[in-house]
Amino acid sequence: MISHSHQIPNWITRHTRVLDLGCGNGELLAQLVDSHQIDALGLELDPEKIATCLDRGLSVIQQDLNSGLSNFNDQQFDTVIMTQTLQAIRRPDLALSEMLRVGREAIVTFPNFAYIRNRMQLGLGGHMPVNPQLPNPWYNTPNIHLSTFHDFEELCHALSIQISDRDTSNLSGKRTWLGKVWPNLFGEVALYRLTKES
Amino acid sequence: MTNSLGIVIPELVAFETPLDLERGGTLPRYDLMIETYGTLDTNRSNAVLVCHALSGDHHAAGYHEAESNKPGWWDHYIGPGKCIDTDLFFVVSLNNLGGCSGSTGPLSLNPATGKVYGPDFPEVTVLDWVHTQARLADHLGIERFAVIVGGSLGGMQALQWSITFPDRLAAAAVIAAAPRLTAQNIAFNEVARQAIMRDPNFFDGNYADHNVIPASGVGLARMVGHITYLSDISMGKKFGRSLPRKDRDADGVNFAIEQYLRYQGKQFSGRFDANTYILMTRALDYFDPTINGLKTLPDILKSTVCKFLVLSFTTDWRFSPSRSEEIVDALIQADKQVSYVRLESAHGHDAFLIPDVTYERVFKAFMNRIHLDLGKP
Repeated sequence: MISHSHQIPNWITRHTRVLDLGCGNGELLAQLVDSHQIDALGLELDPEKIATCLDRGLSVIQQDLNSGLSNFNDQQFDTVIMTQTLQAIRRPDLALSEMLRVGREAIVTFPNFAYIRNRMQLGLGGHMPVNPQLPNPWYNTPNIHLSTFHDFEELCHALSIQISDRDTSNLSGKRTWLGKVWPNLFGEVALYRLTKES
Repeated sequence: MTNSLGIVIPELVAFETPLDLERGGTLPRYDLMIETYGTLDTNRSNAVLVCHALSGDHHAAGYHEAESNKPGWWDHYIGPGKCIDTDLFFVVSLNNLGGCSGSTGPLSLNPATGKVYGPDFPEVTVLDWVHTQARLADHLGIERFAVIVGGSLGGMQALQWSITFPDRLAAAAVIAAAPRLTAQNIAFNEVARQAIMRDPNFFDGNYADHNVIPASGVGLARMVGHITYLSDISMGKKFGRSLPRKDRDADGVNFAIEQYLRYQGKQFSGRFDANTYILMTRALDYFDPTINGLKTLPDILKSTVCKFLVLSFTTDWRFSPSRSEEIVDALIQADKQVSYVRLESAHGHDAFLIPDVTYERVFKAFMNRIHLDLGKP
């Protein structure tokens, strides 16, 4: 289980409307409802996880992120969050554009494929990385679009997306100073706060 | 049976205030046959209204007689510890106005003529039902329901409640429903009505005067309806191309499915009134909260304040998941609190009545959370 970065709540404004794409058991949303009194909505595919969200009093729609967000209005949310899901989406580029269409701001986290452990496993070991963050073998993994800090920032540039904040964390959700200094090498999880360039 | 309500006793509630109906006409007075389960708490905040579908009635759970093997129509979902938990909630279920299970309807005496209403019973709509249900709530001392819940036509009533009396419910559970019928839906209802009207025993609805019932027409209507409630998969699983059972009437029947449909038709025609069937299908056909597209669904739902749970079933083709998603999308557009699950099921439209682990898990989670939040701002 990968913990949500401790940084995310700092990027949320109180009493705002927040959409979480792939909200899982609703842990992050429930935490933000408590701490920031947000108006929360989650999207999730797994009915069992949705039921857990309902236990927590959250509102959740069963929706496949690969079919887009066309049922949402432009700028309907203050913040659209997607944690550790971008790499499993068929078209991350379209997903990012959609997030910033329905939301004023987006928060995205994903596994940094250039993290040193992945580099060691691939570069020295000669194998696709299998580790706590990327636990699945290459032939059966939901993670079909792995990227790095550098790759992601190039995409943002191409899509005219402005990066207003960047951070890293380890799998416990904590920031490490090495990751802060050399994110692409020592950042295990990449965190971005994005807006559309005005 | 465990977790059963056991024996439940229906109650007739009389309403002496005249009721103006949406499509014209006034009923001087009427009765509603109801059942209640569980206990109303001291704040009167834990009431759940269960709205029935086309052929349902007030008998939603428990048994009418000891030794009976026929529980109410939603017994699997209503009772102690069940999705609609009678240890937590006070559950109200009724036979809708125009029904044939004890509430005032075509079988009742018309005070103006001293004869049964028959075909002269005025047309009633989902909105009329909601108004009568609100009067029932007043009678029971319920200012605000915790949840109003229904499947199919019952779901439409829950939806209408959220629009008409937004302050009188904390939550609505809209299951296997649609925001309004499609041409195909209306077409099926029309075939059912025609089957009844063309029965020589129908006599323009005045069959009571002739001491007959249009049993063949009602049976046929039910057979058509029944096909649309099942799915190709569930029919295939249950009957396939197997031959009729020898221990049952197999006269002129070639396949088991034919025997089953005839049996269902016959059972139904013995218990259900033809004029009520026509009235109920018309109520379905006319249901349209957008008032013929005068307003959009999101506009109409703007005034709602309750939490919503919308559920659909993958093989339901009577009201397919996309119809439920119209409701969900409209609620999203209107910025309302809505949860939605499209449940995997092989059972077609009937799935909302049938036991299913995931369905129960999701439904119960929603209900229990509403109960937990009762009294919170």
